[in-house]
Amino acid sequence: MLIHEAKIKRLERMANTIRQDIVGMLVAAGSGHSAGPLGMADVFTALYFHILHHKPKSPSWTERDRLVLSCGHICPVRYASMARAGYFPLKTLKDLRSFGSPLQGHPELGRLPGIESTSGPLGQGSSIAVGMALAAQMDAAAWRVYAVLSDGEHQEGQVWEAVMFAANKNLSNLTFLVDRNNIQIDGPTETVMPLEPLGAKYVAFGWHVIEIDGHNIREIVEACEEAKHVSEKPTVVICHTVPGRGVHFMEHNFLWHGIPPNADQAREALGSLRTLRGKITSEHE
Amino acid sequence: MSKNTTLNQKLFSPDVELIPTRNGYGDGLLELGKANPAVVVLTGDLAESTRVLPFSKAYPDRFIECGVAEQNMAGIAAGLALSGKIPFISSYAVFSPGRSWDQVRVSICINRANVKIAGAHTGVSVGPDGATHQALEDIAIMRTLPNMTVIAPCDYEETRKATRAAAAISGPVYFRFGREKTPVITTPKTPFAIGRAEVFQGGSDVTIFACGPLLYEALITARDLTKAGVSCEVINNHTIKPLDVKTILASVKKTRCAVTVEEHQIMGGMGSAVCELLGGRFPVPVEMVGMHDSFGESGTPAQLLKKYSMTRKEIKASVKKVLTRK
Repeated sequence: MLIHEAKIKRLERMANTIRQDIVGMLVAAGSGHSAGPLGMADVFTALYFHILHHKPKSPSWTERDRLVLSCGHICPVRYASMARAGYFPLKTLKDLRSFGSPLQGHPELGRLPGIESTSGPLGQGSSIAVGMALAAQMDAAAWRVYAVLSDGEHQEGQVWEAVMFAANKNLSNLTFLVDRNNIQIDGPTETVMPLEPLGAKYVAFGWHVIEIDGHNIREIVEACEEAKHVSEKPTVVICHTVPGRGVHFMEHNFLWHGIPPNADQAREALGSLRTLRGKITSEHE
Repeated sequence: MSKNTTLNQKLFSPDVELIPTRNGYGDGLLELGKANPAVVVLTGDLAESTRVLPFSKAYPDRFIECGVAEQNMAGIAAGLALSGKIPFISSYAVFSPGRSWDQVRVSICINRANVKIAGAHTGVSVGPDGATHQALEDIAIMRTLPNMTVIAPCDYEETRKATRAAAAISGPVYFRFGREKTPVITTPKTPFAIGRAEVFQGGSDVTIFACGPLLYEALITARDLTKAGVSCEVINNHTIKPLDVKTILASVKKTRCAVTVEEHQIMGGMGSAVCELLGGRFPVPVEMVGMHDSFGESGTPAQLLKKYSMTRKEIKASVKKVLTRK
């Protein structure tokens, strides 16, 4: 389903709101990851508000598209997007990572309706998503499988086992969205363990590859639409993103990968987001 | 000595049938394939030796060759299970769950995914392949995982039943087989239920808890000792998790001592599970027959079981020793 300009504007504002939710959640939790969730706010907004076939009030609807979050540590962006989409009340967001909360530090199946699979240990969501896509193919089901992976996650061999398998089985109902933000805990990915040429690797493994600006709603939507029309091949959308997007002092800084802002930093972060007035359309703007 | 009339009547005869337990897996899967369209079978390049080849021919649309990639296979099975299938992962136990433990922990167990993991080639009796291929730690690494059921069937017939029973319960199951031909102890009439230990021979002086094909050695030893005046109770403790607390305690309250027998490290295996239970509920002397913190090596099954002290000789010595500790 393609997208109109008016809706793009609306989703950009929603992504900014979700970024503000994320900052609030992380401050309340006192721990968690900042850069990844902020960087993927546009992708998750596009997924939950345009791309996915889903029913927030019926999370177990059997015909729903499946969204597997393989890099479970960026779950604040998924939680905030789900709350904004109507899966659960917004006030639950402040319970991130707290005792008894459905919003576990890493997402857990069974704790929060709408979470398709437990994740955290990297690489595992890739195989689970492939297994789901295979089940849909065996049953000739119409639902599609989307999996969000981080770039650093591709250092796990399991990802490539899954990528090899998916191509072998012609899983055209499967789309990977890779958060190519170039950072991981210990530093830039290309310093820690180079991933490039990432797109060429997927091509060599038999996938259809699309590279986009991961902050451009139109490009995200159009890439997922293109994936639907690729036959006999799974598609990977490599989403080039800025880690910490929207919060000037977090952007591009790998030190913000795994820590939350304190109260003062959060005030500054929210100020930074509000001055953007929801007008994020491209990292180059 | 009370006889269990449902057991193989040729149990103690020289011409007792010898069939590998893994064949029971293959035959059980064929029955399941017919009975339940949700059952799918995965293997990692080991279709023949895990005995899933007949299933792959009968139900090619439900057979998934994963190649040599056990971690991915565990995750794919989880994804299939979360989408309504009942996947059986078939490989050697040293690879699966040996190489895929984290995937079994997170993708299968935390998810409570309805995945069944069949570990072939367990114990030193794998033989000539040597230490790398002899799974002796699989029970330990599986039974520490919440939500996991762990079974070590004793023979062909029980493995066939365990395969069917695994599909009938919801949630992760691990079960293990041997490679070699081993005596057929049970019959289609022998009761089998996951979580229910069976008294295969009644006795009053000592309880021998055994699982897997070594149960046969326990039964032979018990027969000989009973003739010599030591009344041995032999319990087929096939389900290591959840343990049959009631049957185990009832027996030990009567005999007041126990010997455990398994082809697995004594650390973390079936015997450990029994000791954990008895330590908390009814402490009695226990002697353990199994692998004593060592890896195996190449050789014939008989040579290896002898070298690593898992024969009827050690079972008998353990019974005598535990009786002196009562």
